[in-house]
Amino acid sequence: MKKLLNDPADLVAESLRGVERAHPELRVDHEQRILYRADAPVRGKVGLLSGGGSGHEPAHAGFIGPGMLDAVCAGEVFTSPVPDQMAEATKQIDGGAGVLHLVWNYTGDVMNFDMAAELAAAETDTTVEAVVMNDDVAVEDSLFTAGRRGTGAAIAVEKIVGAAAEQGRGLSELADLARRVNDASRSMGMALTSCTVPAKGSPTFDLPDDEIEIGIGIHGEPGRRRVPLASAHDIAGMLVDPILADRDFTGGEGVLVFVNGMGATPALELYLMYNEVAALLDKAGVVPVRTLVGPYVTSLDMAGCSVSITRLDDELLRLWDAPVATSALRWGM
Amino acid sequence: MADVDVLDLTVLDRWLRLFAASVAEQKDTLTALDAAIGDADHGANMHRGMTAVVEALDATPPADPAALFKQTGMVLVRSVGGASGPLYGTFFLRMAPATGGAGALEPETFAKALRAGVEGVVARGKAEPGDKTMLDALAPALDALDAALAAGESLAAALRQASTAADEGRDATTPLVARKGRASYLGERSADHQDPGATSAALLVGAAAAAVAGP
Repeated sequence: MKKLLNDPADLVAESLRGVERAHPELRVDHEQRILYRADAPVRGKVGLLSGGGSGHEPAHAGFIGPGMLDAVCAGEVFTSPVPDQMAEATKQIDGGAGVLHLVWNYTGDVMNFDMAAELAAAETDTTVEAVVMNDDVAVEDSLFTAGRRGTGAAIAVEKIVGAAAEQGRGLSELADLARRVNDASRSMGMALTSCTVPAKGSPTFDLPDDEIEIGIGIHGEPGRRRVPLASAHDIAGMLVDPILADRDFTGGEGVLVFVNGMGATPALELYLMYNEVAALLDKAGVVPVRTLVGPYVTSLDMAGCSVSITRLDDELLRLWDAPVATSALRWGM
Repeated sequence: MADVDVLDLTVLDRWLRLFAASVAEQKDTLTALDAAIGDADHGANMHRGMTAVVEALDATPPADPAALFKQTGMVLVRSVGGASGPLYGTFFLRMAPATGGAGALEPETFAKALRAGVEGVVARGKAEPGDKTMLDALAPALDALDAALAAGESLAAALRQASTAADEGRDATTPLVARKGRASYLGERSADHQDPGATSAALLVGAAAAAVAGP
């Protein structure tokens, strides 16, 4: 293992120190590992809380700020944060209009956020709603599993709901909006390599040079199936086809296309992938009107990418375009 | 030292410390099992949690078994994260009220408390037997414990049988296709791997058997 580390056990804590120094617009509670926008709670605005394991940077702290999240809780690498963190963050960002938990659908995250909502209800009068985000079409038979994973579409949900929250909309309206964006989104990912969890020190799985994993999540877990290495053109088909087969993306104002890097894939390759994805969408009559290309939801040092598509109507498009000021997404301000 | 026939604070404290020691010893095995079908952190997470549990036992020795279970559950929920934190945490939190505030637990009370803990795990995780989870080790262990106690076996013998049943349940997870947790994303590919959660759960039952057999 060759990584920029002091002691693997201190990785998350020391990285949070760096985030604090680099981003004075954030407030960091190192004890509880919670990151807040500095002006939280914002009076009269619904507080938006997300979070999850570390190792997905810039998710989740890169999405804190005006127009997006109010706070995130950071867990250990690939491990959900704990209920105490979430309950504390919930109290701290309640500006009097309640708090919405935006939960990535993983067993641990869902259970910890459930327990956090119970704690918050027992200890305060904060109203909490939770929306679980699950956009990953790689998970088949979702009734017999932990369900579809939350992956790239969470960025669309958090951005769009963040903009609506700034407008002063109420908690249940925002929860409905979050579900609507989630329902309008699908994702599929692939890995060229595994990744190395620092505490383990070796790759999570062995992937020979001539094979790739299709249908991966964002925790270095193996995918749905292993296939021979193919051209970017063919890989784009393996990602886009199941997405288009799962939902109708035609009509409306068009779609948001998000080509996400898993951590170790250069932007040069991601734009090449976007070129292939866009060509496939053209052929299917799906019209990209907004794009996001880059590493936003990563899986440590995994090489590979995921594709997320969100169907936009007029309202969702306006909210996507609304001003946002976070370290990872910033426009209009 | 002879086998014990009630579980007082000393024995329960020993149970948790023995479990912590087995987790420490098996940390890399648990993580390797998790790497195959999950996300390679079960050993590290359980080790962090049980280390914190032992530190808490040293820092604030509980007054009775209920306090010991509650403290242990809270520490696990606080320190583990992932799915194991809420599941193991809920297990101990639900054991606490089932002790009825007793200062030392009769075998039947302990068995009842274990069952309450496992019911908590089911309520939290929504797993059923055969889903390839920790429940596949815990459920047969409870049944074996109840059956042995009902047949008049000693506590030590009953917990030995429970431990054997947990080990068999753990082994039986290998061919299963996971239907809960992160391993379920793999579909058929999750078969032919032993479940890491069932493995740590079997260590928990094994530690109970060792705790009543004396050091």
